Amino acid sequence: MIAEWTNDFEASFRHNFRMPDAIVCRQLYKRYPGKPPVDAVNGLDLSVKAGECFGLLGPNGAGKTTTIEILEGLLEATRGDVEILGMKWGKANEEIRQMIGISLQETKLSEKLTVLETLTLFRSFYRQGIAPEDAVGRVSLDEKLGARVGKLSGGQKQRLAVACALIGDPKLLFMDEPTTGLDPQSRRQLWDIIRGFKESGRTVLLTTHYMDEAERLCDRVAVVDHGKVIAEGSPRELIASLGGEHILDFSLMNWNGSASFPTSSLLDLPAVRSVREEDGVYSLAVTEPHIALPALLDRLRQANRELSNLTTRHASLEDVFVTLTGRHLREGASPS
Amino acid sequence: MKNSPIVQLTLARLREFFREPEAVFWVYGFPILMAVLLGIAFREQPVEKIWVDVQVGNHADAAISALKSIQKFEAHTCEEADCRNRLRTGKTQLVIVSKDGSSPGFDYLYDSARSDSVLARKETDDALQRAAGRKDTFPSEDREFKEPGGRYIDFLIPGLLGMSIMGGGLWGVGFVTVDMRIRKLLKRFLATPMKKTHFLAGVMISRICFLIPEVLVLIIFAALVFGVKIYGSFIATAFLILIGSMTFSGFGLLVASRAKTIEAVSGLMNLVMLPMWMLSGIFFSSSRYPEVAQPFIKLLPLTALIDAMRAVMIDGASIFSQTPQIVLLAVWGTVTFVVALKIFRWQ
Repeated sequence: MIAEWTNDFEASFRHNFRMPDAIVCRQLYKRYPGKPPVDAVNGLDLSVKAGECFGLLGPNGAGKTTTIEILEGLLEATRGDVEILGMKWGKANEEIRQMIGISLQETKLSEKLTVLETLTLFRSFYRQGIAPEDAVGRVSLDEKLGARVGKLSGGQKQRLAVACALIGDPKLLFMDEPTTGLDPQSRRQLWDIIRGFKESGRTVLLTTHYMDEAERLCDRVAVVDHGKVIAEGSPRELIASLGGEHILDFSLMNWNGSASFPTSSLLDLPAVRSVREEDGVYSLAVTEPHIALPALLDRLRQANRELSNLTTRHASLEDVFVTLTGRHLREGASPS
Repeated sequence: MKNSPIVQLTLARLREFFREPEAVFWVYGFPILMAVLLGIAFREQPVEKIWVDVQVGNHADAAISALKSIQKFEAHTCEEADCRNRLRTGKTQLVIVSKDGSSPGFDYLYDSARSDSVLARKETDDALQRAAGRKDTFPSEDREFKEPGGRYIDFLIPGLLGMSIMGGGLWGVGFVTVDMRIRKLLKRFLATPMKKTHFLAGVMISRICFLIPEVLVLIIFAALVFGVKIYGSFIATAFLILIGSMTFSGFGLLVASRAKTIEAVSGLMNLVMLPMWMLSGIFFSSSRYPEVAQPFIKLLPLTALIDAMRAVMIDGASIFSQTPQIVLLAVWGTVTFVVALKIFRWQ
């Protein structure tokens, strides 16, 4: 009874005194002059709720970095509205800067300084923040406090960059491709750091072109392509939008061109929601593999085709991206 | 205080610099190297000897023994042909030929167009006449004049100080700033609430900290080795060094304000420094350039700095007499700094 009342109260409180969204941007455009001019961001809408970890997912060149740098106040948009924690760039820069932490895609911190000296330097820019000793604790670099930055490994440097972003005790953390180029262990360490930050009730916006990173880390993702959001939602929702959460991949012996075995001949199979073919590999989005698989084998037998390979797996954001664009995430954005 | 951004930015610069052994060597090794080279160029020269050939003849022995007793002569006997050949090729300055007859008498063979030859003739004649018994009509004595302040080295040291301040300001600020831009560190700083003026103040203050030992090395070396003295006040000299260094830091910031590569900034620095190396009177007085060029030369900041330094260090002038130069430096410094700040590219 009381619990119910509390829930009701909380809901109405949220409704009436809703926390402002951490990030809102509407109809964002960024055109780089040149011949021809490049529209890096082309009418992008985004809203990130306070307390969530939001991912911008897209291939290289999709406009992720341009978008995040506009949101960080490092680049000026050609047009569009941006609100960070309810404030606007150009009107409250100092206030916003005091409340956000930023980890850029590539920053070479001074190799000759120690970890402690670097963090003390960054701490001096903020009115409020955490102690450098505390910051290294959060990124598990405690034992490297006195070490020169130049002596750190790639993963350790990236964690130090995150510590520099955390030193001002931000409410909102921006991370541009935080794990690009890191080994699997370092990536997992960084994910833990980001989760820890989010669990303390604060907001994270990150860009990535790793689907697994987005799936494991993000509450919601926006799939970005050609400077626009082409899909948005939780990773689960996006995958569900394929119609089937399982994927059947197979290829055929003696395959010679998609015309020899059109994808349309598979669409009517039971439990199959969509079919695509790429370089002779057919991928079926399937709701129930145990129904779809025997039907598929029957169909192949009727058509007198032989399997050379067959796998089943869970659908991923990669499949979402491929379905939406016909391209893979690791490919560039340009050919279309 | 310790946690103020200016202090931290300055400390970071100082640490980065002193932990880079090569940079330390070049910045502090270079003035010492320059001073050592000067030391070789301006070392105490032994008194030049007078080279005299005595041609074999009846009074040759008397001449030789008279000249050998005096230290400044380097006298040899040789045959006529040999003597003439040595005079022709400049190996000797004078040939003494004995006159015929029993009483001593000489002909002097020399080239009146060669000043060393003329000098040798006079000195030799004097020595031989005295040896033969000529009496001076009144007593005279030689005393050497070597007053510090009037020598070339005294003129040169303020010029070298000015050159070092200019180079240090441009390289120290320009190079480091562009390097930080390339490393995207400037962009990273821009992403924090750091105030841009704090950053620039940190660059300037650390520059001045580097300058102190750089300048002291040169001044102390010059004082110990060449006895170069500062005739004006030390405070006035220090003030000039300080304002000069701020002015050229402004130039450094300006050349670095938009450059995206080390090559670009190096080119710009040379473009700025080259005219001043040539015109501002580091090695010789800028007044040697034609009258029409003087107003332009006087407007160059390095000319103002070196002129003021020479006035204070050599002539002992007061700092107030150098007001025009100081104002000129301050204007250059302010203008370059403000323009640099306006057009500065942080990323």
